[in-house]
Amino acid sequence: MMFFDIEVNGKTIKARNGETILSALERNAISVPTLCHIRGLQPSGACRMCVVEVEGRQGLIPACSHPVEEWMKIRTHSPRVIKARKTNIELLLSNHPDDCLYCESNGNCELQKFAEDLYVRERRFYGKKNKYKTDPSSAAIFRDPAKCILCGRCIRVCEEVQDITALEFIGRGNEMQVGPAFNKGMNLSSCINCGQCIMVCPTGALTEKKHPAELQEMLHNPAINTIIQCSPTLSVTLAEEFGLRPGKDIEGVMYAVLRKIGFDHVFDTSFAADLYIAELTNELLNRISSGGKLPMFSSCCPAWIKYAEQFRPGLLGNISVCKSPQQMMGSVISNHFTQLKKIQPENIYSVSAMPCIAKKFEAQREQMTHKGITDVDMVLTTRELARLIRLNGIDVQQVESEMADQPYRTRSASGKMLAVSGGLTEAVIRALHFRITGKDLPLKRIPELRSSKAVKEFSIKIGDFKLGFAVINGMGNAPELLNEIESGRNDLHFIEVMACPGGCVGGGGQPAGKNAGSVRNRIKAIYEIDDKEPVKTPYKNPSLNALYETFLIEPGSDESVNLLQTNYQKREVLL
Amino acid sequence: MPSSIEEICLKYKKGSREALLPVLQEIQDNIGYLSEEAIVYVGSHLNLPSSKVYGIATFYDHFRFVPRGRFHISVCGGTTCHIEGSMTLLREIDKLLKIHDGQVTRDGVFSLQVVNCMGACSKAPVICINGEFHTVISPDDLALLFNDIRKNQG
Repeated sequence: MMFFDIEVNGKTIKARNGETILSALERNAISVPTLCHIRGLQPSGACRMCVVEVEGRQGLIPACSHPVEEWMKIRTHSPRVIKARKTNIELLLSNHPDDCLYCESNGNCELQKFAEDLYVRERRFYGKKNKYKTDPSSAAIFRDPAKCILCGRCIRVCEEVQDITALEFIGRGNEMQVGPAFNKGMNLSSCINCGQCIMVCPTGALTEKKHPAELQEMLHNPAINTIIQCSPTLSVTLAEEFGLRPGKDIEGVMYAVLRKIGFDHVFDTSFAADLYIAELTNELLNRISSGGKLPMFSSCCPAWIKYAEQFRPGLLGNISVCKSPQQMMGSVISNHFTQLKKIQPENIYSVSAMPCIAKKFEAQREQMTHKGITDVDMVLTTRELARLIRLNGIDVQQVESEMADQPYRTRSASGKMLAVSGGLTEAVIRALHFRITGKDLPLKRIPELRSSKAVKEFSIKIGDFKLGFAVINGMGNAPELLNEIESGRNDLHFIEVMACPGGCVGGGGQPAGKNAGSVRNRIKAIYEIDDKEPVKTPYKNPSLNALYETFLIEPGSDESVNLLQTNYQKREVLL
Repeated sequence: MPSSIEEICLKYKKGSREALLPVLQEIQDNIGYLSEEAIVYVGSHLNLPSSKVYGIATFYDHFRFVPRGRFHISVCGGTTCHIEGSMTLLREIDKLLKIHDGQVTRDGVFSLQVVNCMGACSKAPVICINGEFHTVISPDDLALLFNDIRKNQG
C-alpha cells in the first residue's frame, strides 16, 4: 500500500493511495460532519455536509466521495466551509417540522447536533412544510416521513447491507420521500423488522414502535403481576446508555434496578436460551438420526423467520420448530411460573427487554399465544429500557447488585453466547457433544465461529457423526449460502442465521448511533463471561434441570411440543 | 399486439435490469397505466424488488399509477402557458370536474395531467384532449367543451 503526505489545516498527515479524503481525515482523527455517509458502504455524496476546501479548486469538495490526491492542501474548517455547512443545515431545516421537544430522537439526533454545533439560532429559510402522514402500521417500526431529510442511509442499509430493499426513494425533486413499495404501510412491505435502518437514521424519521403509557399503567396496577425478562445481550449493553464503558457487564445491577422500577419478578432470558439450546439440540439429533430435513436452521432470530417466510418458503420445513428464547421464557412464565405461584395467567403482564426490534413483531405473531394468552405482552428495546430507568430517576451507579428470581435463576455459559453471531452454533456443538458422548467438549473456544466473517463454516466429528455447521452473520450474507442449500448442498447439518451483523449485540434496538467499536466491546464482554463461567452446557444448569424434572419431563416431550414449539407459514407481502 | 402484462414481460429476458424502463413503457402503452399488479409482476420478472420498481417509476412524470379516464386532458404547464393562465384553467377544471393533476373523475370519463411544454407556445394556453389540441383556450370555453364531450360519448 502506498502512502503519501497531504496537508490538512497546515499540518502534514499520511494518506493512503486510493482512499477518500474523508477516510484519510478520519484515520488522523480529524472529524468532519456527515449525514449521508455510512462507513463501509459506497459513498453517496448526497448531503454535502462533509465539504472541504482544497487549495487550487474553485468549488468545495465532498470529502466522503472524492479520492485523496498527493498534491492536496485541505482546509476542513475554514470560514467558507463552515458557512457552506451551516447553509446546508439551514436549508434542511427549512421544511423540517421543528418539533424537537416532542421528537422521539430529541437529544439523539444528528441533524439537531449539527445545527447546534454550527450555531444555527434562527430560521433563515421558510420552506413549505410537508404534511406527510406517519406510518404506524408496522408492529416494530414507526415511520414519520415529515422528519426525513432524504439522506438515503436507511435505503442503503436495507439494500446493500441487509439485501431486503423494503425502502426506496419515491417521487422526485421536492416531492421526493422515502417509503416502502407503493408508499403503503410498512406492515405490507418486505421489511423484516431488523431495525438496522433505525440505527442509521440521523433524525427521528425512523424509530421503534412503543407504548410507554400501557407499561406505566400495568406497573402501577396492583392486580397485575408484572414480570420482565432480560436478553443475554442486555447486561453488556445497558451500561453504554448511562455513560459507562461499552461492554461493561452490569447484570446484577440491572436486576436490582428493574425491581426498583416496580417489576414484581425479574428473569434472565439466558435461562430460556439454555432451554432453547436443549430443545434445539434434541430436535437436531432427532432429525439426524431419523432422516429428517437437513440442514436445520436456527429459529431464534425473528427477522430471519420473516425473511424465510417471505423469500424462501421452500426452506420453512428446515427451520427448527422451537420458539425463540424470548417466547419460550414467556410461555414457561405463563404456564409453569403461574402454576407454581398460583397466579392466574391473565393477571400477568409479561415484558421482555431485548436488543431487537423484530422481537416486537414476533411477540404479536398469532402462533405465539397459548389458550388465548400471549406469551409475551410487551417488548422493550435496550433504548426504551434505559429511558424507563431514567424516568424512574434511578442512579445506576448507586445500586447494589442483585440476582434474578427463582426458579429460573441460573444459566450456563451457552445461554449467554446467543448474544453474538456464532455463539448459538458454538453452544449447540457443546450440547451435541454432551448429548452424544456424555462429556464436555474439550475445545474451550472455536475460533472459526468467533470471527467477524460474513459466513462462517466449521465441521467437527462428534462420536460417530461428522457434522457440518455454518453461521450466517447478517441477512445480506444469506442468499449465497441459501442458494447453495436450495440447489442441493448437503454437507451441513446446522445453520445459524442472525439478521443483524455481529448478532444480537448489533441489533436494531441497541443504543442509537451504530458504533463498530462498541459492538466489538460487547462481543468481547460476552466471550469473557463465557471464559469465566464453569457451567458450559445447558444440561448442567440446575434451574433448567429442575424445570425438566418437575414440569417438562425431557426435551421434546409432549409438554415441550405443546408449549415451546411453533410453526411458520408462507407470507404474502410486496416483495 | 400483446395485451397482458405477462405477455409483455415475456418479450424481455428474465432478470435483465436494463429492460425495466422499456417494459414499464410498453405496459403503460398497452394498459394505460402501471397497476400495482403490473409493478409486482415486472419486479419478479426482472428480479427487482417492487419498492425499487415503484421508486424508479415514480421518478418519471411519464408513468401513471391510476387508469386514465376515457378522455385524458393534458394541460400545458410550460412557461408561456403558465403566463397566459394555465393555472386558471386548472382551477376551472377543478371546479367543473372536481379533479386535480393525476386524478380521474368518479365516472371514469375524464382524467387530468399537467405536462411540460407541448411546443405550441404561440397558441398558449394549450390543452390536449385525447390527442386533439385546443389552443388559446379560456376558462369559459371549458364548460362548453366538456359538455360537448359528454354529449357525444352518449
